[in-house]
Amino acid sequence: MEKITNAIQVVPIQHYIYLSLILFIIGIIGALLRRNSIIVLMCIELMLNAANLLLAAFSAYHADASGQVFVFFIMVVAAAEVAVGLAILVMMKRNNHSLDINLLNRLSDNN
Amino acid sequence: MGLIFYILAAIAIISALVVVFSKSPVNSVIALIVTFLCIAGHYVLLNAQFLAVVHVIVYTGAIMVLFLFVIMLLDMNRENEPHKKWTTKLAAVISGGLLLLVLLAAVKRLSIMPIQHVVNNKMGLVHDLGQVLFKDFLLPFEATSVLFLAAMVGAMMLGKHDKHKI
Repeated sequence: MEKITNAIQVVPIQHYIYLSLILFIIGIIGALLRRNSIIVLMCIELMLNAANLLLAAFSAYHADASGQVFVFFIMVVAAAEVAVGLAILVMMKRNNHSLDINLLNRLSDNN
Repeated sequence: MGLIFYILAAIAIISALVVVFSKSPVNSVIALIVTFLCIAGHYVLLNAQFLAVVHVIVYTGAIMVLFLFVIMLLDMNRENEPHKKWTTKLAAVISGGLLLLVLLAAVKRLSIMPIQHVVNNKMGLVHDLGQVLFKDFLLPFEATSVLFLAAMVGAMMLGKHDKHKI
């Protein structure tokens, strides 16, 4: 176990920052690119996980457990968000017979 | 030890790209599960063992199964997703790339604090984490239970079949 967790002495923290930045940007691009709303929800999950990874990395490099507790709270929020989001998706499919995110334009006032 | 980090990072990034660019939603879900497993591997490397286990159980065990379940329930396995205009796609990629550029430049100029080399090997285990969670973060912990209750009621309200159509 001690051998495995020595990775933080080999890998500099900048590389963790770069990794989570790249994952976050992939999530953003996916949320902007796709029209299927379930994939947009999955990209939001990806962004949340990039933030989680960065929190865990900083917590390990500072030898402080508070960062890991914050990751727990983010996981809780993500679980609640997915439950409500998927319920909204099911309702959207039932009413529109489609999951196209552009159909939500109807919610706005000016068309 | 550093090699494991780079292998896991490469797999995570590639499968994240598959999530975005694959045609079928089921493939996206599978790729996202692979990404999450790689992130759990990163947690183990980062001395957060309990977090890794919880991540596997909650994300790959519960959330992604919920996604798969909804995809199969809604019968979305057909590849009939309408595509955005290519100008919109180009704008999305360019704006994402610009954001990446700005953030990378900002991180490059960052002065990182000296790293504590005192590694506390027990930090990520249940005992120490529970001490922190129930001593310092008791009120947020209770607040999350209220959040869960609200989310549960909301999901039931939304999922209920309404006779009078909205």
